[in-house]
Amino acid sequence: MLFALEVAISGLLSGIMYSLVALGFVLIFKASGVFNFAQGAMVLCAALTFVRLLELGVPFWIAAGITLIVMMVLAVVIERIVLRPLVNQPLIILFMATIGLNFFLEGLAQGVWDAQVHGLQLGIDDLPWEPLANSTGMLISIFDLSAALICGVLVASLGVFFHKGRIGRALRAVADDHQAAMAVGIPLQHIWAIVWAAAGIVALVAGALWGQRLGVQFSISLVALKALPVLILGGLNSISGVIVGGLLIGAGEKLAEVYLGPIIGGGIENWFAYLLAMVFLLFKPYGLFGEEIIERV
Amino acid sequence: MTNGKSIGDTLLRVDDVSVSFGAVAALTDVSFEIREREILAIIGPNGAGKTTMLNVLNGVYQPDHGTMTFNDRTYTRMRPSEAAEHGIARTFQNVALFRGMTTLDNIFTGRTLKMKSNLFMQAIYWGPAQKVEREHRQAVERIIDFLEIEEIRKVPVGRLPYGLQKRVELGRALAAEPKLLLLDEPMAGMNLEEKEDMCRFILDVNEEFGTTIALIEHDMGVVMDISDRVVVLDYGRKIADGHPDVVRQDSAVIDAYLGVAHDAA
Repeated sequence: MLFALEVAISGLLSGIMYSLVALGFVLIFKASGVFNFAQGAMVLCAALTFVRLLELGVPFWIAAGITLIVMMVLAVVIERIVLRPLVNQPLIILFMATIGLNFFLEGLAQGVWDAQVHGLQLGIDDLPWEPLANSTGMLISIFDLSAALICGVLVASLGVFFHKGRIGRALRAVADDHQAAMAVGIPLQHIWAIVWAAAGIVALVAGALWGQRLGVQFSISLVALKALPVLILGGLNSISGVIVGGLLIGAGEKLAEVYLGPIIGGGIENWFAYLLAMVFLLFKPYGLFGEEIIERV
Repeated sequence: MTNGKSIGDTLLRVDDVSVSFGAVAALTDVSFEIREREILAIIGPNGAGKTTMLNVLNGVYQPDHGTMTFNDRTYTRMRPSEAAEHGIARTFQNVALFRGMTTLDNIFTGRTLKMKSNLFMQAIYWGPAQKVEREHRQAVERIIDFLEIEEIRKVPVGRLPYGLQKRVELGRALAAEPKLLLLDEPMAGMNLEEKEDMCRFILDVNEEFGTTIALIEHDMGVVMDISDRVVVLDYGRKIADGHPDVVRQDSAVIDAYLGVAHDAA
């Protein structure tokens, strides 16, 4: 029983890591009604910039600060060059633009830095937390716990920022109708720049944490794929939904691996999340907390 | 309809505005003025450039040349958000509401510029922000009462019938307490009863709040009934400008609407 609990907890914690990546998607979806295909590339961009600065001997916090600024400048540039000319265009066009952006950012990051694998140490040990191990015998990684804590703080603060009163309303308005939003005086451009900057910050945090776990390299942009089932479970436009979605996916795949694995063969962890997402699409297509689209027929 | 109310000085003057899209000249050297407290109708056959004109007025399009003078300040262009800041509100030909949001929230967005508290402060100090929210809620409720849409306060507007959506859109524009209200075909697609309601609201807005209104409308009966002055566009040029009764008799206007002998197909 203790073992099951241990598996569940480590699953929940690794799920939070998925939530972190999913969060970036949700922010941009909320503000523009568009799935940002380039989120994975932004994670790569941030992680690569950060790790290369560290390797150049820049102190940890200064490197983090510089990367943060780089991601914010990137957001402003993206708004100015990519998004602004596409105001009032159908959403599918905005979506296509993010696909282009994805390839551009992947190329840019690896062109400016390099395409090698870089180790990243954040100074958080990926070792069992001693007090817990000693008292109960459960082995839960300090790194996982810290990551969960960081993610929780990030989600809570972004949730407060983007949900209350006027900003929440402005975001939904912008996502619904660009032209009308501008006509009532909502500064569409500023809102997009702010949201993309926020998504950039999230990408940095996700990139750093995943970077320590996987090493910083091109494939880090593929963690975005693991965020997709989280989004489907939690709902594309719910900030708190990513946490719940992440927890369910994380715990689900770990438990399935351990308890179903021996019965139907291993490797369940690799596809279980997508199966779960598919079942959700059948019965709850807007996710647990997503906003249902209302159409008058 | 000039009885009783005093039409004031020029609120907005358009001078020699031209707009083209590639080789298509949508507007050519159009000049007219909108005076304080009047209801001005912009009419013309399909494709005459009426909506383009409104889009220039609230900054969606930038004129190729020509200027607009609003409140004694001259602009060659202003962005939509600037137009909103200067007090120009509008509705759209194809209702442009935030479909997933309730009537209440839609009208609330109209007060965006009235809610002066900074975006960030709003998120952090949420006590004062709540107080601001309450004050604005009162203003929004007044508009809801005025437009008689109390029952649909909490209904997502995507579910409302077309006529009511148009009314909510008017409400959102009114929430900004505009100096100039631009209405793009406020009565299109409505039945007779809905049209009469909308006419009444437009006249009431004009009389009770003293709001200057420029509207585009195809229903000639409506235009002649409610407007103080009519500007007629045809193929992007202004062909008449004056009192409804005068414009009605104008031979160029009659030609534009009915076609003249030599180009009657």
